[in-house]
Amino acid sequence: MMNSANHAKAAQTQLNTNEKIKDVLAVRTRPKRPNGIRTSLTFGWRALLKIKYVPEQLLDVTAFPIMFLLMFTYLFGGAIAGSTSDYLQFLLPGILVMTVVTITMYTGVELNNDITKGIFDRFRSLPIWRPSVLVGMLLVDAVRYTVASIIMITLGLIMGFRPDGGALGVIGAVGLLILFSFSLSWIWTTLGLTLRSEKSLMGVSMLVLFPLTFVSNVYVDPETLPSWLQAFVEVNPISILVTAIRGLMHGTGTIEQVGWVFLASAIITVIFAPLTMYIYRNKK
Amino acid sequence: MDSTNDVRGAADLAIEAKGLVKEFGNNRAVDGVDLVVPKGTVYGFLGPNGAGKTTTVRMLATLLRPDEGSAKILGHDLVNEAEKVRGKVSLTGQFASVDEDLTGLENLILIGRLLGYSRRAAMNRANELLEAFSLEDAAKRQVKNYSGGMRRRLDIAASIVVTPELLFLDEPTTGLDPRSRNQVWEIVRALVDGGTTVLLTTQYLDEADQLADRIAVIDHGRLIAEGTSGELKASVGSGTFHVRLLDPEKRQQAEQILAVKLHVPIHLSTDQTALSAQISDTKLVADALGELADANITVTDFSLGQPSLDEVFLTLTGRPADAVDGGAGENPAEKNEAGEK
Repeated sequence: MMNSANHAKAAQTQLNTNEKIKDVLAVRTRPKRPNGIRTSLTFGWRALLKIKYVPEQLLDVTAFPIMFLLMFTYLFGGAIAGSTSDYLQFLLPGILVMTVVTITMYTGVELNNDITKGIFDRFRSLPIWRPSVLVGMLLVDAVRYTVASIIMITLGLIMGFRPDGGALGVIGAVGLLILFSFSLSWIWTTLGLTLRSEKSLMGVSMLVLFPLTFVSNVYVDPETLPSWLQAFVEVNPISILVTAIRGLMHGTGTIEQVGWVFLASAIITVIFAPLTMYIYRNKK
Repeated sequence: MDSTNDVRGAADLAIEAKGLVKEFGNNRAVDGVDLVVPKGTVYGFLGPNGAGKTTTVRMLATLLRPDEGSAKILGHDLVNEAEKVRGKVSLTGQFASVDEDLTGLENLILIGRLLGYSRRAAMNRANELLEAFSLEDAAKRQVKNYSGGMRRRLDIAASIVVTPELLFLDEPTTGLDPRSRNQVWEIVRALVDGGTTVLLTTQYLDEADQLADRIAVIDHGRLIAEGTSGELKASVGSGTFHVRLLDPEKRQQAEQILAVKLHVPIHLSTDQTALSAQISDTKLVADALGELADANITVTDFSLGQPSLDEVFLTLTGRPADAVDGGAGENPAEKNEAGEK
């Protein structure tokens, strides 16, 4: 008795399910295709949601900057500049660049993680402006870079950093830094799509970032370096960026310095954004 | 096949593919596949792991560009009008194509927004779908905490946020328990009743038989048979008849009786008490069993089953289907592709 009643109930549920599915399928209207900006923002929303569920991923933009600034100021300040407060004026713009540039590589890591899951196939099979998946990710990364910059500059001010360029100079410097980082991210997205695993990506990124950030004018004035090394430091895009950021923060920046950063950003984007999209489209 | 083509105009076809080829290195994962799928039907794509099912589906869903051949999906060229094709089809991949970190609700809102719904409309649509797929209780849980069946249902729900004209389901029931499998079958039936064309890949003849109007059997990237499930079975025989005897001494006698009654060769397995036969007419079985009883041969166990995928393959190719392990090395690219995800 009991059993047959259960069966009848199960059959009824199944019937209901079937009816409900037919109902949801009966809606055959298709909304207007959204533009690229909107789909990019939607992907940005997705990345923000992920931060909500995994807040630890913000460690790199909070703990890292604090750690780097404290470590390098008090470790090298006395030895390099005679006093930590003098060194801080020189170091802060550079270490800010180093920190933000280093965390750009997580864009590639995130993308690499995404690809290994089925969700990427769904995104690629949607009728949307294809780069929006990546642009959305990069937009949220820009937010992360801003957070890191604010934390670092605030701590710097507490420690005695006094930028002569004033608030405007500092804001301009951060803007320029984010622009450059956004361009640089395309290199990591290219690698993120190409390299086999998160580990290999981390390895390659470090191989690129370590020499670029250290063999630059972040920590020391290049004039003390042997001439062959100086030659490298001068063409290193990180040095070009640091020079411009330092200039803006201390009120000595020139149009030329800023112009070089725009040029470097443009070159990187023009090469790596299309390359990323090409690989993304043809990925098997 | 040709007659079908003649009767139906191209406008009635959901898929019309000619000579699709995809190579990964030296391996031809898909080696000249022709497909004709009429609108409003379920088409079953049957084959073992590594046969080229997933690769074919990924090509038809515009995720992979074919190396050779051409296809029209709902009247649009697969390569030149890929964007239009993407507007009309949906894909539910073999591996859950939803975001595990987000909740079920957020996943569906995400897809809804990407397809152009306003915030409110996307939310309404998501809730409707969650209810229809019995997921409303799990709406606010992260997908990583879903069971396999729930994940699959969400996956299919995500594919019909905007009702597609053609839906690709890549092994929709692999790894599901029987209850979840039945739910997915119900969903597929409801989809087709609603007018959507479905192409589903499967490793189970049973599943193709239950759902598909026509079935294509694929092996090593080539179609080796195509037809309705009735036609397929007729070519394979309607099933396998297994008998187990109490006394192994009597096996020889039983073999003779069965051979006479069933008119087919009798297979003696390594188990000394067991006999089996591929039969084409199930009516003969009752007679044969009666004859065994009359001859005083005690039958402890008998069964009459549909031909398994293995038996279909055995008949069509003369060798068993490449099992998950047995096929290693046969078709490495697709295997790796499947394994990596």
